[in-house]
Amino acid sequence: MTVATLGHAHVRARATTTEPGWVRAVIIAVSVVFIGLFVAVPLVAVFASALRDGLGAYLGAIVDPAALAALRLTLEAAAIAVPLNLVFGVAAAWAIARFRFPGRSLLITLIDLPLAVSPVIAGMVFVLLFGSRGLLGPWMAAHHLRVIFALPGIVLATTFVTFPFVARELIPLMESQGHEEEEAALVLGASPWQMFVRITLPKISWGLVYGVVLCTARALGEFGAVSVVSGHIRGSTETLPLHVETLYNEYAYGAAFAVASLLVLIALLGLVVRRLIAARIRRTT
Amino acid sequence: MGKRTLPGFGLSLGYTIVYLSLIVLVPLATLVIKSAELSWGQLWDLATSPRALASYRVTFGASLVAALINVVFGTLLAWALVRYEFWGKRAIDALVDIPFALPTAVSGLALTAVLAPTGAIGRFLEPLGIHAVYTPLGISLALAFIGLPFVVRTVQPVLEELEPEIEEAANVLGASRWQTIGRVIFPVVAPAMVTGFALAFARAIGEYGSVVFISGNKQMETEITPLLVMSRLEQFDYPGATALALVMLVTSFVLLLAINGLGAWTRRRIGATA
Repeated sequence: MTVATLGHAHVRARATTTEPGWVRAVIIAVSVVFIGLFVAVPLVAVFASALRDGLGAYLGAIVDPAALAALRLTLEAAAIAVPLNLVFGVAAAWAIARFRFPGRSLLITLIDLPLAVSPVIAGMVFVLLFGSRGLLGPWMAAHHLRVIFALPGIVLATTFVTFPFVARELIPLMESQGHEEEEAALVLGASPWQMFVRITLPKISWGLVYGVVLCTARALGEFGAVSVVSGHIRGSTETLPLHVETLYNEYAYGAAFAVASLLVLIALLGLVVRRLIAARIRRTT
Repeated sequence: MGKRTLPGFGLSLGYTIVYLSLIVLVPLATLVIKSAELSWGQLWDLATSPRALASYRVTFGASLVAALINVVFGTLLAWALVRYEFWGKRAIDALVDIPFALPTAVSGLALTAVLAPTGAIGRFLEPLGIHAVYTPLGISLALAFIGLPFVVRTVQPVLEELEPEIEEAANVLGASRWQTIGRVIFPVVAPAMVTGFALAFARAIGEYGSVVFISGNKQMETEITPLLVMSRLEQFDYPGATALALVMLVTSFVLLLAINGLGAWTRRRIGATA
């Protein structure tokens, strides 16, 4: 076969491995319209509704003391939950990606479990455990400890729902990387701690950051689980998403959407950072 | 395999198991312990009260509709994103992640605003007699919004892995384009579509935040099971909440196992063709 006919065959094959022009146009149009109506319009609507009463009202709703208290509580809960799950994620990934042991696949399934559980149930189990009528309720009351309707409960519920995010990013990453460098470091006389800090951590750093961003985004936005354990005490146990709900139920729509738009901006920022990190991971591997 | 030469196995596994138990397993076990305080008869009565049964119908029905919407449009979207070049493609690809990134309460609020009779989309539906807010339709739409990324992001990588040579071969051997899609592409993509469906369905069943604003929460009509659990808890009806939560938890377990099984099936299918 000559070069010319090969080229011709290639062109012909290309033309028949795609669809007719009108089919392509319809599929693209349906996709664009669907995403536009379903995702883009609601996103724009949040900002339109937030700014409905003017920029002054918008800023007023955000610097309102109750909103600022909610922002603080949300950040506090995330600041505790995310590092806990970060340490867990590294430990779990090291055990699962580097070693083979009985029950390994069961462990992987159990780590994913919080993603399969309804957020309402995630919050509810802590009420059953620590609530006034819970298993440990009488003991907690005797020792003047409060978990439910207080910060510890909100932290526990947040930790539960964001539990797998770091581990899920790190396990496949560490599995794909192999462990030759670590073994070399040990042979050359590094202590296990030196090996971990100088070899392992730099190798997984971007995956780690990616997992932390995912985990933080979910922690800041969690609604159902936190709603069950919080008790909705304004200015005290209300996180930002709960504050949005309270405002909405009080018919303070402008303020509700103003606070919601803050959460949208945080979510969009997280998304941009994730995309940048994903592009970086692709470049370096 | 010589993997035991690496240090830290005992420490990392021990820490993993202790932390997993403290945060996840012990709290979930509480649910089982609490339900053991009830007899089977009581549990059954609480889990099958008329209001509970109505909530299952709403939850499972709306989740099913949502997951079906997701499979159809999600697969179409994944196909367009992988196979075609068009203006705004990268923006569309980025928008697919939005439902996953947004806090659920914000999604619920945004969809309610848009679909309300005076909203940007609702005002066009209302003259047609379509009421999207405070109806099962609204619940389905909210759940479809939440579940969309699951199907797109499951099907997309499988389509990217498909080698064009296979389609060329099918074409050279005389298959029409539709035969190639039906007999060569579809069998490889189908497991991913089913996995995406199951993931979206599983997520929809437990979903709370995005639904409560749009559903109107009318008893027996638009009350989803997670919301019924919530109102039982608010009335300190712990047995009632426990029975419902147990039903949901068992359903989630079964779906999680099914999804893991489907994942293995997908990998085998792709492995067989690659």
